[in-house]
Amino acid sequence: MKGALDPQAAAELIPEGASLMIGGFMAVGTPERLIDAIVARGIGGLTVIANDTAMPGKGIGKLISAGLVRRVIASHIGLNPETQAKMIAGDIVCDLVPQGTLIERIRAGGMGLGGVLTPTGLGTDVEEGKQVVEVDGRRFLLETPLTADFALVGAWQADYIGNLSYMLTAQNFNPIIALAGRTVIAEAESIVPVGVIPPDAVRTPGVLVDHLLIRAI
Amino acid sequence: MDAKELIARRVAREVRPGSLVNLGIGLPSMVANFVSAELGVFFQAENGVIGLGARPPEGMEDHHLTDAGGGFVTAVPGAASIDSAMSFGLIRGGHLDMTVLGGLQVDEAGHLANWKVPGKMVPGMGGAMDLVTGAARVVVAMQHAAKGQSKIVRRCTLPLTAVRRVDLVVTDLAVIEPGEAGLVLRERAPGVSVEDIIAATEAALVVPDDVPEMILT
Repeated sequence: MKGALDPQAAAELIPEGASLMIGGFMAVGTPERLIDAIVARGIGGLTVIANDTAMPGKGIGKLISAGLVRRVIASHIGLNPETQAKMIAGDIVCDLVPQGTLIERIRAGGMGLGGVLTPTGLGTDVEEGKQVVEVDGRRFLLETPLTADFALVGAWQADYIGNLSYMLTAQNFNPIIALAGRTVIAEAESIVPVGVIPPDAVRTPGVLVDHLLIRAI
Repeated sequence: MDAKELIARRVAREVRPGSLVNLGIGLPSMVANFVSAELGVFFQAENGVIGLGARPPEGMEDHHLTDAGGGFVTAVPGAASIDSAMSFGLIRGGHLDMTVLGGLQVDEAGHLANWKVPGKMVPGMGGAMDLVTGAARVVVAMQHAAKGQSKIVRRCTLPLTAVRRVDLVVTDLAVIEPGEAGLVLRERAPGVSVEDIIAATEAALVVPDDVPEMILT
């Protein structure tokens, strides 16, 4: 962990065209101050890997509205009409991936696996162009790993060395993407001294976190 | 009683005591209103909670605790919060006893289409493909027809959600059980005749000698 950055300095780490994994489910658990800083800096051509694109005005929806996203890899965009409109207009390329497959592809990327074998998607549009592998008489789709230049993690508590804990349904993709981003930036609701988060409550060990966002004012 | 409430009350009778159940958004989520707390059922929301509770009082919502549709919820005593990999491990790994999902079409093979209308509605499959692939029991809760067109069809014309045969279909007219021999008409809604159901259904139905009226919770 390299110390706490203000949102502007964190956004300056991210170049045009970067790939970002962003935590959150319909913006619950999404690091909003980081998103706002990316929008303020106008970093374009982004690839966003996340469960969904939230809705206009919230979380990833702000990046979509600002026209900063070129490609989306997500499981659901149905609650953001702007993403759908931009996809139909050809401004955004969308890869729609079953939610359980998406999280396992990210997990595989972060945990050094060459892919995952899943029965989900067999015999559907999702199978198109993919290898089918038979194991003990059962058929599976081979799904490839995903990694990204950055993982933007939303947490509940962080301590001074970057250990993270999460709250209720705000954890969702966050602890998994923290393994799959080459640079990990975490934004926590509060920052506490080392030792306040008990070892058993640490869900993301600080060794994975490169930068912490400074506390909210 | 309106059609949706009738469907929800009938589906509620399928919920077994002590089971883990995932309800889709929209009509399926109404089923929880008719399941007695005494049954000890845990509802899963795939965004990260086992033990979904009712909506909190106005002004007392916790922004860390929502259901898969993004609406505020509570958690019941004994609830557990989980990340997305665990959530879909439960679903795909056969640990989920039952899922209730909405549908656009169900066909004579028992296949479900519920995630895409090419050229019109491309929201993404979210967790639907994993749920249909992995849940021990899949119940489809939907209106029998849409815009005068039967949703129980000979063969799905919309993209399939999975090639797994669903276990039960509950509509405002009938309870239908897909099986080896085709779609078996098991029950009829109050005041609806077998002839009415056959007339409203595009698919061929297997009609046993006795088709009792639905019992509602």
